Amino acid sequence: MTAANGTTAPGEAGGWGRLETALRGRRRAGGKCFVPYLTGGLGDDWLETICAVAVAGADAIEIGVPFSDPVMDGTTIQQANDRALSEGATPQSILAAVRGAAADIGVPTAVMTYANIAHHMGYERFASSLADAGVSGCILPDLPLEEVGEWADCADAAGVETVLLAAPTAPDERLPRICARSRGFVYGVGLAGITGVRAELAASAVRTAARLKAVTDRPVLVGVGVGTPAQAAEVCEVADGAVVGSAIVTRMLEGAGPEGVAALVAEFRAALDAARH
Amino acid sequence: MTETAGSAPGEFMGEPDMAPPGQFMGEPSADGRFGEFGGMFVPETLVPACQELDRAFRSAWGDPAFRGELDRLLRDYAGRPSPMTECPNLSEELGVRILLKREDLNHTGSHKINNVLGQALLAQRMGKTSLVAETGAGQHGVATATAAALFGMDCVVYMGTVDIARQELNVFRMRLLGTEVRAAETGSRTLKDAVNETLRHWVAVADTTHYCLGSVMGPHPYPWMVREFQRVVGEEARRQCAEILDGGVPDVVTAAVGGGSNAAGIFAGFANTSAALVGVEPAGGAAVGRAVPGIVHGSRSFLMQDEWGQVLEAESISAGLDYPGVGPEHSYLAATGRATYEQVTDAEVVEAFSLLSRTEGIIPALECAHALAWVSRARAELAGRTVLLNLSGRGDKDVDQMMGILG
Repeated sequence: MTAANGTTAPGEAGGWGRLETALRGRRRAGGKCFVPYLTGGLGDDWLETICAVAVAGADAIEIGVPFSDPVMDGTTIQQANDRALSEGATPQSILAAVRGAAADIGVPTAVMTYANIAHHMGYERFASSLADAGVSGCILPDLPLEEVGEWADCADAAGVETVLLAAPTAPDERLPRICARSRGFVYGVGLAGITGVRAELAASAVRTAARLKAVTDRPVLVGVGVGTPAQAAEVCEVADGAVVGSAIVTRMLEGAGPEGVAALVAEFRAALDAARH
Repeated sequence: MTETAGSAPGEFMGEPDMAPPGQFMGEPSADGRFGEFGGMFVPETLVPACQELDRAFRSAWGDPAFRGELDRLLRDYAGRPSPMTECPNLSEELGVRILLKREDLNHTGSHKINNVLGQALLAQRMGKTSLVAETGAGQHGVATATAAALFGMDCVVYMGTVDIARQELNVFRMRLLGTEVRAAETGSRTLKDAVNETLRHWVAVADTTHYCLGSVMGPHPYPWMVREFQRVVGEEARRQCAEILDGGVPDVVTAAVGGGSNAAGIFAGFANTSAALVGVEPAGGAAVGRAVPGIVHGSRSFLMQDEWGQVLEAESISAGLDYPGVGPEHSYLAATGRATYEQVTDAEVVEAFSLLSRTEGIIPALECAHALAWVSRARAELAGRTVLLNLSGRGDKDVDQMMGILG
């Protein structure tokens, strides 16, 4: 793959947050980024699981804060959401736990939830509560470019990196605007659809990564429909990294525990290390 | 047009000074908002589809050929205009003069057909070959299935499993019409979850499939577009009232509100008159009544939610109103004071259902029985006034359920 990935970036010390700095660092070293998604509050050992996957080779970790109506998510993450909510998970309980374990987690984290969770708490308060918990980034998939401004301004002010999604359905003119407003990385959506493991990687995953790489220097990670180590390696022939949710959460739902989930993350890490250029 | 000199406004009468009348129920702002409500809160993947729909609707709505074809369908297929019925027996019993806008007499038995014919015609114009829709009571599902059959389009309708159980006749109707009914088995397994499933379906197939949304909710342009497709109810009613009331308008225009499409349709004909507008919500699904804004299903509007912003499950006897949100324009009408929103209990609704059946020989859908339940409760306050009530649907679908309750 092209060395353009590792362009010497100006302003390395200033501007980039912890999440983006970590991902750029992996890329500059010639590696591919791996970011697993884990549902916060799912089971008794979710926090230990997060710490374990950090050790197993995650560059950063997405922590899902469950929402009652996750329209971007397929059955696996819906089920994880429902279970965590029925076990009493709240944004506050999850962030408090993450704050307490920040040193053990060791890699940057990003919270993924839906706009109403942030809106209900108030954008400013939600952004500062993320910062207080040591969370670096935030992904709110139902805030598209046109609606993200109010939140993203609050997040910027609190030092929280707002990661924007870029979909395969977006026309060309839209992509540079998304990349410019995104922080941390650009989240390329692998297919037109919801989260979940598919038998094969969609052609749109690589295509979307290539379209994004052509217009931005920011790390481009692809998720949604990336469910196996082989699929992650395939998309990373173009992308700077992969985000994997449902496959990881399936392990959590099966009760694999910290070691079981970490073992799967290690498989992804190995596949991406073998694919490094 | 002369308007009836309203006597002293009751508490349900709007505050006429809060905003100039000409500004209500027009086009939303460029970012799809009515005041601070509305917007396009959808995943990136769906933004191009919503923007395409916005462009297509603007173009079609300004095209006389499209309008002419829709008018023809509404007349020859749906049976418009729907009549307006004076209710002498009911009026005498309540001491309030009541006029009913008879949307129950439309083809498929409710106002839903107005919106669906508009959207199906638009979908065809956009080159879409399939429709997908959510349904609660099944009225919108049946209307969408009907339009799909008429236009030769494939159709999938999502319905919560709780609603499938209480509205099995409508499930059969949809299947008879060639539509695939899919069960929404997550969450509360009612309308809210059917909307979630429909959005999840649409995100993967938006290039070939139009989401035929059934109410004045969802991302821009739906709240505006659906209201415009329902505006025909209000415009007809305005003309019919003028004939009956000697050029005047009623003192009060009332309708049930779940998502709020039948109310938006009839309000649109009177938003800029002296008539008070009263929406009636079920007590167990009163999004406007609680007045806490939130973001779900594509727009910012009043939303029933817990202390963390998790959406609450609505609880209503009527599947069609069993929804924790409300269309954003209703939030705006409430916030500006142009319309007021009342709540009624299931018990009051059951009583109103019987009342209209007994006094006028009209069995109403449980949804519009909510509006009558409010009129009945407020009869002292409304004494001597003229009230226009949108009878949005017929009660055949509810007879089975009511037999269980009234025995």
